[in-house]
Amino acid sequence: MEETSVKMLKLTIDGIETEAREGETILQVAERLMIDIPTLCHWKFVKPYGACRICTVEIEVHGKTRMVPSCSYKVRDGMVVKTRSEEVIKHRKMLLELMLARHSQVEVVRKLAHEYGVDTTRFEEMPSEQCINCGLCVRVCDEVVGANALTFVKRGTERYVSTPFEGEAESCIACGACAYVCPTGHITVQDIRDRKYVFSELALGPTTPIHIPFAAAIPGIPVIDSHTCIHMQTGGCGICSKVCEPDAIDYEMQDTFEEMEVGSIILATGYKTFDPKRAEQYGYGRLDNVITSLEFEHMSHASGPTGGAFVKADGSEPKSVAILHCIGSRDKNYNEYCSRVCCMYSLKIAHLIREKVPDADIYELYIDMRCPGSGYEEFYNRLLEEGVHFIRGKGVEVSQMPTLATTTPVASNSKLYVKCEDTLLGMPRELPVDMVILSVGLEPAADAEEVARVFKISSKADGFFMEKHPKLAPIDTLSDGIFIAGCAQGPKDIPDSVAQGAAAAAAAMSLIDAGEVALEPITSVVDEEVCTGCKTCLVVCPYGAISFDEEKHVSVINDALCKACGCCVAACPSGAITQRGFDDTQIEAELAALLM
Amino acid sequence: MADITTAEKSPAKLTKEVVRFEPRIIGFLCWWCSYAASDMAGTSRLKYPPNVSIIRVMCSSRVDPAFVMRAFAEGADGVLIAGCHLGECHYVSGNYKTAARISLLKKTLAQFGFEDDRIRLEWISAGEIRKFSKVITDMTEKVRNLGPLNWRENFEPK
Amino acid sequence: MEQPKEKLKLGVYWAASCGGCDISMLEIGEKILTVDSLADIVLWPCIADFKYKDVKAYPDKYIDVMFFNGAIRNSEAEEIAHLLREKSKILIAYGSCSYEGGIPALANFYSKQEIFDRAYHESQSTVNPDRIEPKTKHTENGYELYLPEFWETVRKLSDIVDVDYFIPGCPPAENTTWSAIEAIVSGQLPPVGSIIGAGNKSVCDECPRERKETKIKRFKRPHEYVAPDPEQCLLEQGIICLGPATRSGCEARCINSGMPCRGCYGPCADVYDQGAKMISAIGSVLESEDGEEIQRVIDEIMDPAGLFYRFSMSHSYLLRRRLVGAKEEMK
Repeated sequence: MEETSVKMLKLTIDGIETEAREGETILQVAERLMIDIPTLCHWKFVKPYGACRICTVEIEVHGKTRMVPSCSYKVRDGMVVKTRSEEVIKHRKMLLELMLARHSQVEVVRKLAHEYGVDTTRFEEMPSEQCINCGLCVRVCDEVVGANALTFVKRGTERYVSTPFEGEAESCIACGACAYVCPTGHITVQDIRDRKYVFSELALGPTTPIHIPFAAAIPGIPVIDSHTCIHMQTGGCGICSKVCEPDAIDYEMQDTFEEMEVGSIILATGYKTFDPKRAEQYGYGRLDNVITSLEFEHMSHASGPTGGAFVKADGSEPKSVAILHCIGSRDKNYNEYCSRVCCMYSLKIAHLIREKVPDADIYELYIDMRCPGSGYEEFYNRLLEEGVHFIRGKGVEVSQMPTLATTTPVASNSKLYVKCEDTLLGMPRELPVDMVILSVGLEPAADAEEVARVFKISSKADGFFMEKHPKLAPIDTLSDGIFIAGCAQGPKDIPDSVAQGAAAAAAAMSLIDAGEVALEPITSVVDEEVCTGCKTCLVVCPYGAISFDEEKHVSVINDALCKACGCCVAACPSGAITQRGFDDTQIEAELAALLM
Repeated sequence: MADITTAEKSPAKLTKEVVRFEPRIIGFLCWWCSYAASDMAGTSRLKYPPNVSIIRVMCSSRVDPAFVMRAFAEGADGVLIAGCHLGECHYVSGNYKTAARISLLKKTLAQFGFEDDRIRLEWISAGEIRKFSKVITDMTEKVRNLGPLNWRENFEPK
Repeated sequence: MEQPKEKLKLGVYWAASCGGCDISMLEIGEKILTVDSLADIVLWPCIADFKYKDVKAYPDKYIDVMFFNGAIRNSEAEEIAHLLREKSKILIAYGSCSYEGGIPALANFYSKQEIFDRAYHESQSTVNPDRIEPKTKHTENGYELYLPEFWETVRKLSDIVDVDYFIPGCPPAENTTWSAIEAIVSGQLPPVGSIIGAGNKSVCDECPRERKETKIKRFKRPHEYVAPDPEQCLLEQGIICLGPATRSGCEARCINSGMPCRGCYGPCADVYDQGAKMISAIGSVLESEDGEEIQRVIDEIMDPAGLFYRFSMSHSYLLRRRLVGAKEEMK
């Protein structure tokens, strides 16, 4: 439809006859035809600027030839364009010579000049400036980000890019877009005063606001993190929507709430890992090469940030790694319980490191090796054979300098020293390693308490959901029809979680299959002879199970709605309500028997 | 004090005299939280005094103040009522009723000459087994210190 | 009313009582003439002089119907209760005091000594420098004088002797008294131990006010409710009304006069301890989901024991205030 309303123009570029929409620039058409025109100040998401003039081409309209910047010059009907004519080359060479005089050390300029055979300049060489005044950063910050944190200062030869009043730009959202577009690397993003980065430079996590949550996510579609997306912050950018051809980006999409009526619910809300920042002695977050087990998983994944390579923060390969067990587990300061899965995954990590860096020294610092399960002990034995060093003693501290007098410092200044007590040797040790992996324990999900409240189920002292009976009803809860599975109930590994999940599903299915629910026969009942219609019970029933029979002037309890709490029984001032199985005489008989 | 010093001198007398008063306490526990906690405390082999005899009710709101009075009249030295934490009642709002009733009952019983520690309302969730054993231990000790109630002896032998 | 073959022999006696019950017998108005035509009064200390020896002289089961009002407070009342039990075919506990302790039983919140202290020493109108207190035995000029023993605890009649029927009320309402008399005269009496003359439901059954199932934010004290809504349930207006926990039969006389029910008809049919039930009911109608607020509202209820056991102390599980070791708590 759009095609018809837009006027199509005919033109020739480098002898190729083509069509273009009215309003297109020469550069756009050339790009479509895969004709290479060098640019320095051009980026297709900002408006053409024409600062560098390197994209200059020769055009001929109505027999007249002219030199124009292709990035900003719009096509006209019948136009003939030459992008590599002698005139054009000469022109570009001159420009490059001029640029070399001022930016002799700038890679992008040197490279381009070299391409055009310009290696020296006839002009007076000035000290090389990194900024070529292309203005991309200023325009990106203005047009794309909308933050307006950068501007040109002064004019002519003194012109340079800076922040307003040369100060720290208040409006800067630290998105890094300026650094991204800068062709010379003049702009870098620096982490000062804890100002937030829109996306973290630390690669062990999503690197951009728009990302696929993790490699095996279902559905495997990208999401936008509204907290770090520039568009969500400033209303600018929107580049993703411009490049997305199927037009799948919808910034207006909101969370939706769906209400469903269901007969049974399985709570498999999982866990969260222990935040090792709580245990400062391990230096997580403070020391670059201290990572968690989950971050290692992320790194070792083939589609991870390092493509599966196991590297230190500086990109080099670690030659010695310590894996510290029981971080946040089996520790009275954090969680007393054993997280069950860490021993085995720590072994797996060691195995993966052995594969990736065959000559690395790998240390496992453990309290006890807990390897129950099919094939688990065998795996442990295999690791022993693979030459992993097992040290019985919990790692207690990670530091950059040795703390024990007995430790011989290593010459390298990037070593980490892991202190532990080797209980088999009966002495304290300090291991110099390149990298430390913290085997963090499992904790109840952050919202476990809230979830328990919503579903009226109990939690254990450690915060995990409580089962109806630890042995006989491990998937049931005290609320009928609500089942629990997986780590929501307590730390467990994948096979156990799968087994419990399947069991919970089966339990839910059996309810559905039965088609009817057996009620406990302990509901309350009103003696109509005694009920006086005072309506006290009506206000106490939380289920609305009690209604009032105006004709008989008595309260009536609906058996199907009554949940048998007995609140109304105690409340009934005339003693007209009794609870089957818990009536006054029965409880008083219990009392009498207990106090006999 | 004097007795204890003499008792120390003769161990035989000590064993004879220090027969501790074992209070009889009735505990009304709600099925979903506090009774579950007592169950768990049992399976977890937690130790607590055997002085509390438990009566299970579905909800602490089933506890009629008359039961408490009856228990005292029949010879209990203390009564414990325990339910889910406020806001976590399995029956939505039952324990708020319990809170109001037991609070009013305590006030009434004070007028009947009861010490405050003889009747106790506690919120113990199913997971709080340590709290359960602590409450039982603490209450037993407090009631033990108060001495026997012997409500029936309160009346003239008519 | 059908004339029985022989005239009934009727007795009325008072123990720890204010005399209101005796007067309430006359509240039936001109129907007293019917009573007169049906029955001879063989004992009624309030209207005619009778001596113990006169009663003792009656043969056993001589009195057909004995209306006993007043609680048992001392050994004299106990003695006469036993005597009247012997002499009566039907012994009726008439009025709240003999049925459930009534107002005299509020003394159960005090010990005997506290009552003596107040009555013989502390009260402003008493001059008793010698600190003389009643004794059960006194010798004067060689003569021994006896006084009945004053009890620690006020008891209801049925604690002392077997009682055939109970007529509640402080005093029993006119219709209660009359329907009881009708039942006696016609011989249509329910099983022994029943309550006669009153209803089997609660005052709410007779109350004309409407309950709208609203919950209560706070309770008012008597001086705070000058003009309650005449249509709406008093309890819903925050006025503590014992109606829901009180036996019907009075035709809601207090409530119709704009005052809350004070519970003189005692507990409902299936309830023993009226006060405990009322505590439970009051705790049920509070509208709050905030532990502290609940506590605050409950704290505003003054003298709950006196409020909920105004008439029924002798008909409660606990019966009285603790005698030993509790004096400090009270003060």
